[in-house]
Amino acid sequence: MNSTTAIEKDRNPTDWQGDVMQKRIRRRYASERRFKYLGLGAIILSAGFLAFLLIVMVGNGFRGFTQTELPVDIDFPAMTGGASASQFEGVNGQANLRTLGVKDIVNTSVEIQYGEDGRELFSSGAWQGVSAAILANPKIVETKTIIYMPANSEIDVAYKGDGTAEAEKKVAELGDQLSTAFNWNFLYNSDATDPMQVGIWGALKGSLITMFITLIIAFPIGVLSALYLEEYAPTNRLTDLIEVSINNLAAVPSIIFGLLGLAVFLNLFGMPRSAALVGGLTLALMTMPVIVISGRNAVKAVPPSIREAALGIGASQMQVVFHHVLPLALPGILTGTIIGMARALGETAPLLMIGMRAFIATPPSGIAEPATVLPVQIFLWSDEVNRGFVEKTSAAIIVLLLFLLTMNALAIYLRNRFETRW
Amino acid sequence: MTEVIDSTRSSESPNMTISTAPAISPGDGPLKMSTRNVNVFYGEKQAISDVSIDVTMDNVTAFIGPSGCGKSTFLRCLNRMNDTIPIARVTGDITLEGEDIYAPQMDVVQLRARVGMVFQKPNPFPKSIYDNIAYGPRIHGLATGKDELDNIVETSLQRAGLWGEVQDRLHDSGTALSGGQQQRLCIARAIAVDPEVILMDEPCSALDPIATAKIEELIHELRGKYAIVIVTHNMQQAARVSQRTAFFHLGTLVEYGVTSDIFTNPTQEKTRDYITGRYG
Repeated sequence: MNSTTAIEKDRNPTDWQGDVMQKRIRRRYASERRFKYLGLGAIILSAGFLAFLLIVMVGNGFRGFTQTELPVDIDFPAMTGGASASQFEGVNGQANLRTLGVKDIVNTSVEIQYGEDGRELFSSGAWQGVSAAILANPKIVETKTIIYMPANSEIDVAYKGDGTAEAEKKVAELGDQLSTAFNWNFLYNSDATDPMQVGIWGALKGSLITMFITLIIAFPIGVLSALYLEEYAPTNRLTDLIEVSINNLAAVPSIIFGLLGLAVFLNLFGMPRSAALVGGLTLALMTMPVIVISGRNAVKAVPPSIREAALGIGASQMQVVFHHVLPLALPGILTGTIIGMARALGETAPLLMIGMRAFIATPPSGIAEPATVLPVQIFLWSDEVNRGFVEKTSAAIIVLLLFLLTMNALAIYLRNRFETRW
Repeated sequence: MTEVIDSTRSSESPNMTISTAPAISPGDGPLKMSTRNVNVFYGEKQAISDVSIDVTMDNVTAFIGPSGCGKSTFLRCLNRMNDTIPIARVTGDITLEGEDIYAPQMDVVQLRARVGMVFQKPNPFPKSIYDNIAYGPRIHGLATGKDELDNIVETSLQRAGLWGEVQDRLHDSGTALSGGQQQRLCIARAIAVDPEVILMDEPCSALDPIATAKIEELIHELRGKYAIVIVTHNMQQAARVSQRTAFFHLGTLVEYGVTSDIFTNPTQEKTRDYITGRYG
C-alpha cells in the first residue's frame, strides 16, 4: 500500500488546459474530421462512377430503342390484283400472305418511289414489318397505304448523328422524309445479322429460363445443405473438409464451372449443346456455394435460445428447424440467394464454354432448345463490326440492368416481408 | 439412504474435503423424479460427480451453489437438454415416475413435453402471444379443435398469472412484452403442454425485483400442480420459494435437505460458509 501511494504522489496532476494537451486534442479532432471527409469522398467518387456509367448507358442505349423510318406508298389493290381483307383473317391468313409475295410488292413499291437503288435505303428485313402490318389489320390490302419502314442501319446511325460521311449525305438528300419511331422489333425479335432487325426477346427469354433452372436446382440444394451442416452435422474432420471445400468453391473462377459443365453435362450426360437446361445447371453449380455460405450464416444467426425454447417444450429436431430456424433465417437466405442469382445472371464465361454463344435467331421455346442469355448477347453484339450494333449493345445492357434491378427489388421486398421484428 | 457414500468416490474429487452427501428423499408427497449416482462429462472434464437427488411432487426443490458448480448442468440432465451438446455424456440413473429417461426406448421429444423447462433469459418465440402458447399443444396434438386450443391458451395464461394483462392483445408479438411478462409467458408456454415437472434455470436472473416477486408468487401457486425444480443464484429466493434445497459445489452435491434446515442449521461446513457469504 505504501509504495503505491508514493507513486501516486510522484505523479503530476494532468494539465488538461496546457498547450501540449490542447494541441493533442486539436489533432484528435482534426483526424476525426479527416476520416469523415475521406469516407464522404469515397462515397461521392463511387456515386460519380455509377452516375457516369448510367448516363452513358442510358444515353447510348436509349437510341437503341428507336429506329429511323422512311414512308413507302404501297398501292395494294393494283399490286395484289384485288386481294380482299378476309383472305388474311383467321387461320389461313399466314398461308395466304405467303402466296401473296409481300416482299416483291414492297420491293416494287420502293423502286417506284425511291428509284433503282431505293431498296438499299431500307433494312433488309423491312418487308416483314409490312407482313405483320397486314396480319394485324387486313383492311389495308384493299387501299393505297403509306407504310413506314425501317431504314437501313447506316442511315439509321447517321440520322441519329453518328454516321459515316456517305450515309450523312444520303440523310441530307432524304431530308424530311426520315422520322424516328419506337423500335418495337427490339422488344419482340431475337438475334439477327441486320442491326435494324435484332431484338432482345430471345436473350431475355433465354435468361429467364436459365435463371429459373438455376433457382430450382441451387436454392433447395443450397438451403438443405446449409441446414444440415448447421443443425445436424457433427463437427469433425469430414465436415470441416466440406466447409473448406464449399468456401473454396465460392471463389473458383466462373470459367472453371463452364469447363465442368462442358465435361459433365455435355460430354458425360450427353445433354443438348447451347441449351438453357445446361446453362442453368452450370450456373446452379456456381450459385450453390454462395447460397450455402449465406444460408449457414443466416442459420447461425438465429439465437440458440429459440432452439432451446422449442426443444424444451418437446419439438423434434425437424420441427425446430422448420418451425423456428428456417423462418427466422429466411430473410438472410433470400438475400444470399439473390446475390448469387444476380451474379449468375450477369455471368458470361461459363456459358461460352457450353455453347450458349451460338447465333440464335428464334427465342427458345423450352429448356432443351438452343438459347442465349442477356450477357452473352451483349458480348456477341459488342463484337460486331456493324456500327448499328453499338446502340443495340447499350440497349441490351439497359435491359439487363433493369432485370437485375427488378430482382434486387424483389429481394428487398421479400426480406422486409419475412423479417422478424424482435 | 446412505448407499451412495463411499470413500473411494470422495477421493476422486480432491477439492472436496468432506464426504459426498447422502441422497435423501425428503418425503412429503409422491416421488416424481429420482437420480442416482449421476455423473456428467464434457469430453474429458467431469462436470457432475455422483449426484443423487429425489424430487417430489409437493415440494419446490431449489438448487443453489456458486457459479460453475454444475447446478444448471444437472438440471439439464433431467429433461435431457444436454443431448444437444455433442460432447456431453451422462452416466447414472435418472427416472421419471420410475421410468429410466436415458433408456434407449425413451422418446426424448415426449420426455421434454412431460418435463418442461423455463430458461434463464426469457425466450418467447417471435410470434404472437397466442401462438407462443399454442405451439406446444399444436405439435403434440393436444387440442382437437380451435375452441379447445383457445381454452388451453386461456388456462395456461391464467395459471401463469398473465391472462389479465394480455387477454386483449393475444395476437400481439410475444417479444413486445416486458421482461417479466415474457418470462411468465415462457412459464405459460411450458404449462400449456401439461407437463409433470417444470425445470426453471435461474428464471429471475434477468428480471427486476417486482417481476421477480411475481414469478416467485407464481411458483407458490404452481406448487403441488407440478413438481418444480428451480436453479437460483439468489439464496433469499431459494429460501422464499422452496421447501427442499440442494447445495452444489464443484460438481458435487454437498447437502440436500429441508430448506429451513439448510439455511438455519446446515450439517456441512461448506454449506454454512456459502450461506453466510464466506464465498460464492
